[in-house]
Amino acid sequence: MAVLELANISKHFGAIQAVNDVSFSLEAGQVVGLMGDNGAGKSTLVKMIAGNFRPSHGIMRLDGAELIMHRPVEARQHGIEIVHQDLALCNNLTAAANVFLGRELRRGFGPLRVLDYKTMYRRAGEIFRELKSETRPRDLVRQMSGGQRQAVAIARTMLSEAKIVLMDEPTAAISVRQVAEVLNLIRQLRDRGIAVVLISHRMPDVFTVADRVIVMRRGRKVADKPIALSSPEEVTGLITGAIEQV
Amino acid sequence: MAITLDQTISQKQQSWMAKVLGSQTFWILVAVILACIFLSFATDSFATTKNLYNITRNVTFVAIIALGMTLVIITGGIDLSVGSVLCLCSMVLAVVMHAGYSIEVGIAAAIGTALVIGAFNGILIAYLDFPPFVVTLGMLSIARSLAMVASNNTVVFQFGPDHDKLLALGGGAWFFGIANPVLYMIVLALLIGFVLRWTRFGRYVFAIGGNERAATLTGVPVRKIKVAVYMISALSAGIAGIIQTGWLGAVTTNIGAGMELQVIAAAVIGGANLAGGVGTAFGAIIGAALIEVIRNSLGLLGINAFWQGTFIGSAIVLAVLFDRIRNFRLSE
Ligand SMILES: Nc1ncnc2c1ncn2[C@@H]1O[C@H](COP(=O)(O)OP(=O)(O)O)[C@@H](O)[C@H]1O
Ligand SMILES: [Mg+2]
Repeated sequence: MAVLELANISKHFGAIQAVNDVSFSLEAGQVVGLMGDNGAGKSTLVKMIAGNFRPSHGIMRLDGAELIMHRPVEARQHGIEIVHQDLALCNNLTAAANVFLGRELRRGFGPLRVLDYKTMYRRAGEIFRELKSETRPRDLVRQMSGGQRQAVAIARTMLSEAKIVLMDEPTAAISVRQVAEVLNLIRQLRDRGIAVVLISHRMPDVFTVADRVIVMRRGRKVADKPIALSSPEEVTGLITGAIEQV
Repeated sequence: MAITLDQTISQKQQSWMAKVLGSQTFWILVAVILACIFLSFATDSFATTKNLYNITRNVTFVAIIALGMTLVIITGGIDLSVGSVLCLCSMVLAVVMHAGYSIEVGIAAAIGTALVIGAFNGILIAYLDFPPFVVTLGMLSIARSLAMVASNNTVVFQFGPDHDKLLALGGGAWFFGIANPVLYMIVLALLIGFVLRWTRFGRYVFAIGGNERAATLTGVPVRKIKVAVYMISALSAGIAGIIQTGWLGAVTTNIGAGMELQVIAAAVIGGANLAGGVGTAFGAIIGAALIEVIRNSLGLLGINAFWQGTFIGSAIVLAVLFDRIRNFRLSE
């Protein structure tokens, strides 16, 4: 059964129709590559799944039950994690503070609960180790390299066991070696039975890890097929509009 | 020897010492201490109990408001209305007590006024996306005008049945001869310092100043926090107003005029960054202390008071210059 189903989802910002009548479903343990030109509506689509925006029309179902979210926290409670396109990091905070942003660990009880620095540093360190990233939990994000920043953003998705991980251009700003690490991580997530959506401009990334590819153009879904039945040429044609729809 | 991943991850990048030496607040503290040592030797009147009592007490009014202002500045905002809010709250307290109500009622009315103004500022800024500069500039004008309306622009110096209680609250020294305002300042500084470092609210205040969009995307209740921060700023102005009223024993409609600039100066000298994301409670106090020491010393050294603005202005520029140099070195 599908983990997540989107049925006729649309989103408009005033007169802009960012996402237009999109339906698809995600299976557990499957990596879906989501491709499309700038402004095609990819980020808007995943932000709706992550609880950042509410759809203007259409419904989402998680494990068969209708999913209505008002805040990003609710998406995380449902096991939906996202790496945002521009990483959504605060430069003035430490790596650990960024990893736990919005779900800080606290100790004590009642109104006297204080931030649990020790556990957050330790836990963040464990995740960086798992990601094989040389990132120190106490360092300020301001001083970090592109790869380390990426690791911080990705580490957020590993705080709790997720069902769905959405990655919005996770390989856009990093080195070749780090791209390989991210792709490895995506495979690990898949092997644990997590459904992954990978938004990427890089054709090779999608064709190495994805099981399925969805192409969007001007807010509409124009293709949704197993990667084995498609080709980079076809996808390029779909993105540019040289191929209308498949 | 090869350094393993584990070692890198658990390494601390900066020692405790390097952190202290790298902080603007530390160097301002050094400047304050050096100035005090110098003045103790250069003048007979600086290191007297009476002068020190005066200095510490004079610091408090600016310092208490600078604590609230620091929160606002950390979120990347600004509150220009604090001087006028201080005036309005003092006037509300004065008028209510003058009318025969008890000190408790007077204080409740003053604090209520502060909270309403803070909420008004905050809601316009957070929910209607007004620029903080504009909203609080408007409030600077409105609050002072309301103070004039409330008092019919007269001086109030009789505070009804609880007159003496109010004067003792602001003018007394209930604890080891330390002026009461100083005690309030210390308690509030500890409270704000604790909130910034140890609470989720404090963490969110920094996150908003660092990257408001990121804070929103990760589910930080950005708008509510912003409203709270402007309420705290107005509240700190209200508290300073209450204490100042008790100390002065009179309220005029021009108290607190121009105070917003001193308060912002104190916060900035103490290390708060107007671009947002940086600031401490301790810094606010030290910044206010430096300003007061400069003011006090000019008088004692017999330097014309017209020079005061030049010295305080230079202190602001120097403090920020220091920060620029440090950032420049970091980016090398
Ligand atoms: N918060 C927003 N407000 C208004 N318009 C938006 C907003 N977010 C995205 N859009 C618009 O929606 C369209 C799709 O954007 P986006 O989802 O970011 O595309 P992609 O990620 O595929 O590049 C664009 O025209 C963009 O300008
Ligand atoms: Mg995008």
